[in-house]
Amino acid sequence: MSEPLLQVKGLKKYFPITGGVFGKKVGEVKAVDDVTFTVYKGETLGIVGESGCGKSTTGRMLLRLIEPTAGSIVFEGKEVTTLPKAELRKMRRDMQMIFQDPFASLNPRHTVEKILEEPLIVHGIGSKEERKKRVREMLEVVGLGQYHAKRYPHQFSGGQRQRIGIARALMTNPKLIIADEPVSALDVSIQAQVLNLLEDLQKEFGLTYIFIAHDLGVVRHISDRVGVMYLGRLVELADSDQLYQSPKHPYTQALLSAVPIPDPEYKRERQLLSGDLPNPANPPQGCAFHTRCSACMDICKQKRPEMKEVEKGHYVACHLY
Amino acid sequence: MAELARNQTPMHTVQEKTESASLWKEGWRRFRKNKIALIGLGIVVFFILLAIFAPLLAPYDFKDQNLAERLQPPSSKHLFGTDDFGRDIFSRVIYGARISLWVGFFSVLGSVIAGSLLGIIAGYYGRWIDGIISRLFDIMLAFPSILLAIGIVAVLGPSLQNALIAIAVINIPNFGRLIRSRVLSIKQEEYIMAAKAIGMSDTRILFHHILPNSMAPIIVQGTLAIATAIIEAAALGFLGLGAQPPNPEWGKMLADSKDFLTQAPWTMIFPGLAIMLTVLGFNLMGDGLRDALDPRMKS
Repeated sequence: MSEPLLQVKGLKKYFPITGGVFGKKVGEVKAVDDVTFTVYKGETLGIVGESGCGKSTTGRMLLRLIEPTAGSIVFEGKEVTTLPKAELRKMRRDMQMIFQDPFASLNPRHTVEKILEEPLIVHGIGSKEERKKRVREMLEVVGLGQYHAKRYPHQFSGGQRQRIGIARALMTNPKLIIADEPVSALDVSIQAQVLNLLEDLQKEFGLTYIFIAHDLGVVRHISDRVGVMYLGRLVELADSDQLYQSPKHPYTQALLSAVPIPDPEYKRERQLLSGDLPNPANPPQGCAFHTRCSACMDICKQKRPEMKEVEKGHYVACHLY
Repeated sequence: MAELARNQTPMHTVQEKTESASLWKEGWRRFRKNKIALIGLGIVVFFILLAIFAPLLAPYDFKDQNLAERLQPPSSKHLFGTDDFGRDIFSRVIYGARISLWVGFFSVLGSVIAGSLLGIIAGYYGRWIDGIISRLFDIMLAFPSILLAIGIVAVLGPSLQNALIAIAVINIPNFGRLIRSRVLSIKQEEYIMAAKAIGMSDTRILFHHILPNSMAPIIVQGTLAIATAIIEAAALGFLGLGAQPPNPEWGKMLADSKDFLTQAPWTMIFPGLAIMLTVLGFNLMGDGLRDALDPRMKS
């Protein structure tokens, strides 16, 4: 495998719960609890998990849009968590983000041209003419026309807006793009278009993606490797094909068995999860999944499982292995 | 390819003209359809023109006294009659538009600038700064506004300019709170998160993203506040704390008329009508602007 671009170690985010008249801290929500992974140059790392498992928080922490509580993020050999504000802003040139909601992530009062030009202005790239030229080029790259430049976001469809969002992320020629559920707000037919666009752009510009989603099919389609999160923790990380063919963690198995298969004749064993997602303010002791796990053992209730490499490149945090 | 692009240019410019529509333009399109709002706009424009061209329109000077013709009823010579110094009320009402619009506009401008600044700081930075500024607003709002204005004028001394300052000050918390709440909600928008992700500085986010998106409610509230400010200026004038004689301030004219109400009601009716009409105009226009620019505020 090629060299690592981003190394995340022990990343944590605890949101304080305040209560009472004086806003005293009465507890904390462990949104992300000790997450460790590496992203290699040119690959796509998918991160899946149900709502509230901390996948978006993880993505935002990588850019320090949310300040991590603890842990280390090393991007191109540089520690991100301790960067001073000015340096951090410069670094964001190389690490960009695509947002989930294409209706909310574009300023409604700016023209497309202004939206796309702004990253260049902020980082002082190019003269005015060069910037305008790059805006027009980028519009073509993402499949829009140059004449779209003078229009406003509300004059576009969801898919077109998401293309604008992608173009904005590409303006500064970043190395890493964090895509936070970039297609979950779009119709299925449009999803495919946008996913194909993302893949084409990856080939063309040699991009590295972190692709956050809850749709397992979408993640499988685009990812080289996939990480599965549950309650703020990474429970399994493996090559995409390996993960989908032989999932190790009981949670991953249950998750994959829930993927609908478009074949009414197909009979299969469904692993239904019992119970609800535990409260992240008060996660279960030991393995966070033990309350819903069908293979729960005594040790699971006491000791938190560490990530182990059970096969080459296949990591699982489970006492079964 | 280049040739192709050049050939396409004219078509693009046509499309640009017909298809680019900012939210402001859309707002104007909605405003234009609202007849009542257009009436309001008409009234406001009428008074603005009156104020600008007062020297040309008024048949007499506002301070020309003619004691021989005091308290004359409306006639062809004096359209609105004369007051107790024999001054032409028609001319004084026209000149009065200057004072009222001036006070209304600049006091609101003052409160908008001060209020926006405080509101933005409170909303964007939050924490203890927000606490201090918000409590300050609470304290100011705890006073009846006209009482606070009287207090401020009492300290500064009665004059039109001080009345303007007082009105500006008492309206600051209204704008401050409005902007603060706008900033708080816009701060959560994903495009602000996106702006941060791009690597934008706080100042740029504030002035390029948050402020322009807060403008619509400010404009609406500002228009409505001009109406209130005109009434407040008239009230201060009525109490003798605003414009000083011989300035033809409408509220002051009302105050002067109270001694001859029964003999010469026209000394009261016309300045009163002028106040009513201007305020009505600004209110209709403000309501129309609210419906056009900020449909969510409609209740």
